[in-house]
Amino acid sequence: MSVIYILWLRELRRYIRSRLQIVISLGQPMLYLLVLGFGMGPVFQKAGQGSYLQFVAPGVIAMTILFSAIFSGIGLLWDRQFGFLKETLVAPVPRVQIMIGRTLGGATVAMCQGLLVTAVCVIAGFRPANIMALPAAFLFMALIACLFAALGTAIGSVLENMQGFQVVMNFLVMPIFFLSGALYPLAGLPLALSIATRLDPLTYGVDGLRSSLIGVSHIGFSIDAIVLVAGTMLFLLIGRHLFSRIQI
Amino acid sequence: MIRVADLVKKYGEFTAVDGVSFSVSAGEIFAFLGPNGAGKTTTIKMLTTLLDPSSGTVEIDGLDPRRKGNEVRQRFGIVFQDPSLDGDMTAAENMEMHGVLYHVPRHTRRERTERLMRQFELWDRRNDLVKVFSGGMKRRLEIARSLLHTPKILFLDEPTLGLDPQTRNQLWTHVKELNRAEGVTVFLTTHYMDEADRVAHRIAIIDHGRIAAQGTPEELKQRTGTASLEEAFLALTGTAIRSEGADSADQMRQFSKMWGGGKK
Repeated sequence: MSVIYILWLRELRRYIRSRLQIVISLGQPMLYLLVLGFGMGPVFQKAGQGSYLQFVAPGVIAMTILFSAIFSGIGLLWDRQFGFLKETLVAPVPRVQIMIGRTLGGATVAMCQGLLVTAVCVIAGFRPANIMALPAAFLFMALIACLFAALGTAIGSVLENMQGFQVVMNFLVMPIFFLSGALYPLAGLPLALSIATRLDPLTYGVDGLRSSLIGVSHIGFSIDAIVLVAGTMLFLLIGRHLFSRIQI
Repeated sequence: MIRVADLVKKYGEFTAVDGVSFSVSAGEIFAFLGPNGAGKTTTIKMLTTLLDPSSGTVEIDGLDPRRKGNEVRQRFGIVFQDPSLDGDMTAAENMEMHGVLYHVPRHTRRERTERLMRQFELWDRRNDLVKVFSGGMKRRLEIARSLLHTPKILFLDEPTLGLDPQTRNQLWTHVKELNRAEGVTVFLTTHYMDEADRVAHRIAIIDHGRIAAQGTPEELKQRTGTASLEEAFLALTGTAIRSEGADSADQMRQFSKMWGGGKK
């Protein structure tokens, strides 16, 4: 237990120490929130869908958590580069504990970022529809964080250099974001796109978050939760396997 | 303390370690020398549970690293060829992390951390981030850290690489002192023959994956009829430059990782 705790604590310490990075990492969500939020607002309004800012805020929160969680997993790459990974892998503890500690740490950091962006959304004018549903929103944020931190660890376990990182960014993380319905409603999509969105785990995260924050859901609260929990389990198992195979 | 018999490591067609046998007694300082690509680091990895041998046996304090991995890991400390510290944590936090990973009880951890950090002259800098440390300080911290869980064996893989003579001298003085006072068995590799000559009780020279000679520094010099260990080393391993060997070994390793997948 203390092994998991100390690795979790490490991720948190590193996060808190990188204040500048925290501020920088808010840049992209703010861009989506403010530019898209206000830029697309009139079109969205004319289409009879109400406020785009209200609609996109949960998507931007989910996006922030996605990026932060995946990046923390990919932090493994840095630990490999700077050598610290060896210190943990040669220690007399089961590797799965190291992997869990890191993943939970990454998920916690992603949660903090998500909460920070939620605050920014509220400042920008976003208002949750139902205060009572906030615990549910919190739950969905945590689920998104865990799922993608687990995926990040799995990816980090196989990446050996920066080139791989670019590939992951362009061919995995960006598609996950764009296919999730974070920026557009899922109703009335062409069939192919509709299928693609359903294969994207973030879709369920965004939908769950949206249903708890603004009371609009396309898929359904419980299916969202079930898919996210199952996905987290799956990625944890894959991550555990890949992490156990790391050779240095 | 360490017993190795007919140890072999193959990467596909390439044999990195080819039937190596030696043993190291408790309390001994044992130097493992060889040109680049001779199989030193591969051997250390097999001794320290990081790599499974293709065949042969390894015994660390009577235990098989393959079967009793975690018990073996608890028994040794290791300083790797390249740094393995977390630069974004303070020196004390690096020590704390190590203590937790090696199940050192909190109280003992604090006590030993202070003692070791004072011994290695790092106590005043304990709350500084490791990334601002000099190369020598990082090395000292790594050695201090590797001793936190009172290992019976200390593996040092080229610990003085890139350090100035003063730091090297100080480092070996510390190592000898540890060995004398606490009876820690030391297994080291280095390219500096004068260091091996000064520090090691016994030496094995490995080349092309095989042991070319072993004995005390004096024995090796006598056998080759040379005046210094450096000359003895060159007499035993030749004067051809070996960096190519390291590269092809590395390439093979990369290659087998890409296409062979997983543990080999």
